[in-house]
Amino acid sequence: MSAYIFKRLLALIPVLFGLSIIVFLMMALIPGDPATAILGNFATPENVARLNAQLGLDRPLPQQYLIWLGNLLQGDLGRSFALNRPVLDEVIERFSATLILAGAALVLCSVLGLLAGIVSAVRQFGWTDRMITLFVLIGISTPSFFLGLMLILFFAVNLRWFPASGMYAIYGGGDLPDLLYHLVLPAVTLAAVATGVIARLTRTAMLEVLRQDYIRTARAKGLSERRVIYRHAFKAALVSVIPVIGIQAGFVLGGAVYIETVFQWPGIGAMLVNAISTRDLLLVQGGVLVVATSYVLFNLAADIVQSMLDPRLRR
Amino acid sequence: MSAVANPRSSGRPDAVRLMLNNRLATGGLVILVVMVLLALLAPLLPLADPNATAPANRLIRPLSEGHLLGTDALGRDILSRILWGLRVSLAVGISATLIAAFFGSLIGLVAGYAGGRTDNLLMRGVDMLMAFPYILLALAIVAVLGPGLINALYAIAVVNIPFFARNIRGVTLGLARREFVDAARLSGKSHLRILTGEILPNVAPVIVVTMSTTVGWMILETAGLSFLGLGAQPPQADLGSMLGDGRRVLFNAPHVAIVPGLVIFLLVMSINLFGDGVRDVLDPRLKSGALARPMGRTAIDPRAGDAMPAPATEAVLDVVALKTQFQLGRKTLRAVDDVDLRLREGECLGIVGESGSGKSVTAMSIMGLVPTPPGRIAGGTIDFRGEDLLGASDARIRQLRGGAVSHVFQDPLSTLHPLFTVGDQIVEAIRAHQSIGHREARTKARDLLAMVRIPNAAQRLDAYPHELSGGMRQRVVIAMALANDAELLIADEPTTALDVTVQAQVLSLMNGLRREKKTSILFITHDFGVVSAICDRVAVMYAGRIVETGTARQVLEKPAHPYTRKLIDCVPVLGQSDRRLDAIEGLPPSVDDLPEGCAFAPRCPFAQPECRKGEIPLFALADERAARCLFPLSAAREVVDA
Repeated sequence: MSAYIFKRLLALIPVLFGLSIIVFLMMALIPGDPATAILGNFATPENVARLNAQLGLDRPLPQQYLIWLGNLLQGDLGRSFALNRPVLDEVIERFSATLILAGAALVLCSVLGLLAGIVSAVRQFGWTDRMITLFVLIGISTPSFFLGLMLILFFAVNLRWFPASGMYAIYGGGDLPDLLYHLVLPAVTLAAVATGVIARLTRTAMLEVLRQDYIRTARAKGLSERRVIYRHAFKAALVSVIPVIGIQAGFVLGGAVYIETVFQWPGIGAMLVNAISTRDLLLVQGGVLVVATSYVLFNLAADIVQSMLDPRLRR
Repeated sequence: MSAVANPRSSGRPDAVRLMLNNRLATGGLVILVVMVLLALLAPLLPLADPNATAPANRLIRPLSEGHLLGTDALGRDILSRILWGLRVSLAVGISATLIAAFFGSLIGLVAGYAGGRTDNLLMRGVDMLMAFPYILLALAIVAVLGPGLINALYAIAVVNIPFFARNIRGVTLGLARREFVDAARLSGKSHLRILTGEILPNVAPVIVVTMSTTVGWMILETAGLSFLGLGAQPPQADLGSMLGDGRRVLFNAPHVAIVPGLVIFLLVMSINLFGDGVRDVLDPRLKSGALARPMGRTAIDPRAGDAMPAPATEAVLDVVALKTQFQLGRKTLRAVDDVDLRLREGECLGIVGESGSGKSVTAMSIMGLVPTPPGRIAGGTIDFRGEDLLGASDARIRQLRGGAVSHVFQDPLSTLHPLFTVGDQIVEAIRAHQSIGHREARTKARDLLAMVRIPNAAQRLDAYPHELSGGMRQRVVIAMALANDAELLIADEPTTALDVTVQAQVLSLMNGLRREKKTSILFITHDFGVVSAICDRVAVMYAGRIVETGTARQVLEKPAHPYTRKLIDCVPVLGQSDRRLDAIEGLPPSVDDLPEGCAFAPRCPFAQPECRKGEIPLFALADERAARCLFPLSAAREVVDA
């Protein structure tokens, strides 16, 4: 097992390397003079020249990349001109808020999606199955930003159960109940689409597994239906659903952009949208790099969990 | 799980399901067509100017005079803006889809056709793009190009290129090695002409399916970018930016946000429904999930078991007039028809027949392990030690399964759970019936493995099935079946997947059990060689019915039914070159379409005109010896005469 994990970690290096090249090229390919783009149209020529030299932008592209990578490895992602603070500090602060939101959503969509999928498969063609199928259809067709607004209208404005926004206490001050109180609506919104996708795939996987010979064996042993379904069938189905959950992590991390904007959650998604509007490109670059890296790590985790469940994958 | 057959749950649900799917797809198509028509006709409809502001008429509620859907924060007519916005959203979504389809397919075609390094390089790049979360990459592209509707369109298109590239490459890769492509190449056609003339037409359906499943996403994501203010810029509006505008007045005029939101929802849902329909038609492989799941126990017709009182016998197992059927659509397959079996203590009864003869279904019916749907026990009685099994509760059946009655199935690789160690699986079997602790059960499991002569039993407990050889796995299955001192062992071709030496070991193992523990064995096989090694008595099955019964010696030495004779002749015997090795000519009949009279008549060399008429009963030839044949082979008749 540890050999497998080590092998997977090694395979991570080229992926992260490629990722850094793309993120770097993103900045290098900006039309016009990058320093001007970074500093804005009103920057003085001296400042532009100084930034060009500082970033090594007057040198050939491969050399620029190496300088950039060197800085990156030392934790230097440049400075945000709009916020006037190091990009890394801002990105880490914001990313922790996103991680709370995305993590909650991911847990929520995994649990609900798996449960709905199992129930749907077990009660196949029954009314529960039909209801779940309908909800899944609605879930994957509703724009998450629209769903967020509707939840705000209903639960925050009409019922006054949860707040519409105001998650400012994340950097201290607020306690856990306060956090959960603010977390419910955005996390549910963010999880909705992924729940639908996971439920759909779990249903298919369960139906596939329940036809296997080893399920007949489990029944022939005299096990209860509950044990047959939740232990024998579910474990096998989970193996094929886990990679899908890994992919959903990407949709949840990306979807956070909308949800953070709708609920004014102080995460990296809202930060990116603001940074794009103010053309704070170094901040965009740092944000994209961190989120993409975390997505790669999520997928790695999914692979490892999958191989823990299925010994045949460990070779 | 209910023992009562549910007439609706029998049979394939595909028809119902397909109809429902089609109805949904049709509904989606209708909504989609209406929306597209409205968008196309927007300039011709008597609508207000979508951009004419009227501060006096701010935030008018829907259903007001002159403003069917109300007005927005600048007093603009929402209905008019929706239709114009719909035009923009559709145009952007469809353009993005076409761009992504074009470039993605191009990459996929080239990578799949060229193969080798070109393929490797292109696909690495595509994988790299997929390492980014989808929406994040679109944001990054917009960040580079700057906000704007056209830039958002490019961003969404680029982000979707990998999906097309991957799908198209997969199909192209398969096609590029096909004969007709080789032929085109040899005839001197250029690569370009082969790609466009030979490969593209075959790839086109995949491109269409991928387009139909991604266009909804693309419309959704462009709307999302516009919602964030990164897409359509004022005064131009698409559905997303209208929703964004509505958000600012959400609390005092929610309709400004709700209307465009609902329109996006309707549009995307209709596209998804229609896309699912298109996919089902063009790519049926993906249409899984329509398969019915088997229940915990075979459904039993309420009539079954009522007809006869349980006969009081000393037999361990008594099966009378068993009928098991499969309902496939409107067809009823009579897999087992009027089968009688009797098994005494310590006895081994062989059920012999070709595949499809109903021997396995007979065995699986006893403990209700025939999958429902589509299987169903339609009649007869099954008694185990005088207890009516068809009438028993589900709980009682579970108690007997793996307890007094255990099973050994054919292919030990597929019958053992791949994700649990063999130790866990045996321990589970033990603890399902004995209230002992895990540690104690594990010791017992080790002893069981040692009993079936698995070397290093203690270490093997932690092995997974795929780490063992076929013979080892079958011994594990047998050990599991022996875990609770079963009185009846139902073995369905337990040696078929094994090589000959291992076969012999497994057989002697089972034989030993029978002697030592008085276990009764129901042994299903197609091989008379195996029968001679282990069975006391034999029932030969053909097309769902028993055609001959008798002691193993009688049947082997003097078969009465021509079918039995043919089966015996199929067994090669070492050192006897005069044995004929001919297989039986023809195929066993399908049980939904049996000929009148003897089912074997079409393949029987001795068939007479009488054989093809009426119902042929099982004629008693001697004590416990019978054959379903009007003209039993003469050798057997001599036994009766003597």
